[in-house]
Amino acid sequence: MQNNLFQDQKFRGILYQTLVVGFFALGLYFVINTTAYNLEKRNIATGFSFLNNPAGFDISFSPFLDFKSTDTHLKVYFVGVLNTLLVSFCGCIAATILGFIVGIIRLSSNWLLSRIAYIYVEFTRNTPLLLQIILWYAILIQLPRIKQAPQIWETFYISNRGLFGPKPIFLDGSNIVILSLVLGFIISFFIARWAKKRQDTTGQQFPTFTTNLSIIVFLPLVVFFIMGSPITLEYPVLKGFNFKGGAVIRPEFIAMFLALSIYTAAFISETVRSGILSVTKGQREASGALGLKKNWIMRLIIIPQALRVIVPPLTSQYLNLTKNSSLGIAVGYADLVHGFGGISLNQTGQAIECMAITMATYLLISLTISFFMNIYNRSIQFKEK
Amino acid sequence: MENNSNFETRKPPVATTGILGWCRQHLFSNWVNSFITLLVIYFLYQLIPWFLDWSVFSADFWTNYKGELIVDRTFCSRVADPEGDHGACWAIIIVRFYQFMYGFYPPEQVWRVNLTYFLLVIALLPLLIEKIPGRKHLIKFTIAFPIVAFILLYGGFGFQIIPTNKWGGLLVTLVLGVFGIAIAFPLGILLALGRRSQLPVISMFCTLFIEFIRGVPLITLLFFGMVMLPLFLPEGLNLDGLVRVLVAVTLFQAAYMAEVIRGGLQAIPRGQYEAAQSVGLSYWQMNRKIILPQAIRISIPSIVNTSIGLFKDTTLVIIIGLLDLLGIGRGALADATWMGLSNEVYVFVALVFFIFTFSMSRYSLYLEKKLKTGINMGAD
Repeated sequence: MQNNLFQDQKFRGILYQTLVVGFFALGLYFVINTTAYNLEKRNIATGFSFLNNPAGFDISFSPFLDFKSTDTHLKVYFVGVLNTLLVSFCGCIAATILGFIVGIIRLSSNWLLSRIAYIYVEFTRNTPLLLQIILWYAILIQLPRIKQAPQIWETFYISNRGLFGPKPIFLDGSNIVILSLVLGFIISFFIARWAKKRQDTTGQQFPTFTTNLSIIVFLPLVVFFIMGSPITLEYPVLKGFNFKGGAVIRPEFIAMFLALSIYTAAFISETVRSGILSVTKGQREASGALGLKKNWIMRLIIIPQALRVIVPPLTSQYLNLTKNSSLGIAVGYADLVHGFGGISLNQTGQAIECMAITMATYLLISLTISFFMNIYNRSIQFKEK
Repeated sequence: MENNSNFETRKPPVATTGILGWCRQHLFSNWVNSFITLLVIYFLYQLIPWFLDWSVFSADFWTNYKGELIVDRTFCSRVADPEGDHGACWAIIIVRFYQFMYGFYPPEQVWRVNLTYFLLVIALLPLLIEKIPGRKHLIKFTIAFPIVAFILLYGGFGFQIIPTNKWGGLLVTLVLGVFGIAIAFPLGILLALGRRSQLPVISMFCTLFIEFIRGVPLITLLFFGMVMLPLFLPEGLNLDGLVRVLVAVTLFQAAYMAEVIRGGLQAIPRGQYEAAQSVGLSYWQMNRKIILPQAIRISIPSIVNTSIGLFKDTTLVIIIGLLDLLGIGRGALADATWMGLSNEVYVFVALVFFIFTFSMSRYSLYLEKKLKTGINMGAD
């Protein structure tokens, strides 16, 4: 009977699963017990109350929130998340643009040009990202000192302490200008929708691009002058050893941004290339036979079909870039891992809480990106009837 | 014949063969292309001589421009003679070459590392070359290699014990890369099988594990291994720093490996499973003899690509203070005797990584080509 029962597939399945759950629970119990013991012995506090304690250290780069060393660890966390998102967002956009350009260049009929793109892709893909970040940083801090900083029209200064430039000052009435910019975007969105609908039904074309561009540019510009120029620029002025006023982009950010976007662009260019190659030759020939112009063929026929192949790997490249932004710790970019998972952790000693929050945040960011990219992916897939 | 003279003879068509024809087709097909070609040639003309000059012709190797042997940065031509036109100073690599290769491994024991490298090549042979004679026996050695390598490198069994904090440079990079891949591979197979399992609990556990690891950056896992793992383990059980890092790297790699192998498993047609079951094979027999050999075979290119990723990611260990190839380089730059030579060090480290990863990616391309023409998958 025993033997028969063991040969029963259902019974065996249940047995294995119970065993797995049992071992897991046992292991968890053991780990929790030893951890509690270890924490008590090392006098490490538990719980999340440390988040409200003052951090006691400065963060050099915090473009969105004003951070002082008396602020709490919770604020360190928010500064870190914002910095992570900032560099990931900028990196994703730059990597996409560069990746598409390089991907198309690699398919260029010009042999020399496609070879150059190939060399770029192979070199960046085959060296560690961390090395590239450190190398960019090393190059950036070899730039001239602030006193000898080369300038462009006395507005931008390039130095080893970062890129200095004018900072916009928002006076009264600037809200209306920004509002008009947003309004411009909304109007152009509806114009685009209307133009597409009209073309679908009647076949008449509408110069959507130029119309929308002029709406987005001129509407805020007109409002800007009507309101009496409420936005002015504050230029950096050299005073002593540093610049006073103006805005600065730190070399840590520039190094991270350059390295992340150049590295990821190499991978994106490969997916773009394979996506374009996946569109069969007949599509190109058929659209040529219909008399479409060369760049129209690319825009209307090739790219929309290639996107179906490109978007899923593109999503994972975005995820990789976001996760790789955690390497900012190597050059002191105050992202989530460096600020909260690094300095806060060392100051409070509450490794478990800090790491758990950091990991959970990355998981959340990853899930959010894949959620939105999945929606986009569904919108460009074949609509089968 | 004479009425031929009435026709105007047409010029022969533009050559499309030969060097000239090739150039015309690929470089100067229209005026835009010609312009681009000339522009690129101009940039290359600026760049390549400059780089060659910097890295070879006006660079220092053992001696500087006065012919003195270089022992620290002040002897480097570009430091000693800042006015002159001098290139790289490779002496930092040459003087510290031992450290770059072995870290602080005792020189009288270094033959053990070299022997391990040699054995590694032998262990890789049966994996790389399919038609090597005696492949079956060599595979046995490949499986035993991690244990042999561990004893050789660490010590025990009559060998002097070299603690891992003495290891460094390329040795640490290779240990993390090779051991990480070697352990992650079987683990990844188990995870992939688990995720596709019919048993809901096992499938859920594996899925959660894989998705969690893939959702967080490697650096947080390394921190996990460094700061949290000691808290989880009972007192007295102090894991070695390198082992803790290896655990984190392996778990990370296993999750990615699992997804790649799962892709291979999904490509196996259903008939293969049904056929295996109908001859009465058990679950493990079926996977071991029928499914996995085919699934792994088709996912080898992706496995190699993931391994390249892992190999590059081993540099992350410098953030938690281990001295791999990049770490040794950073250490040399932090040393006052060699400060300011960062370009040389980073170019050298990049070159070493490039040699390894580029040959791996070439190998994966070669496999991909071979697989496309070789086996015929899914005949049913």
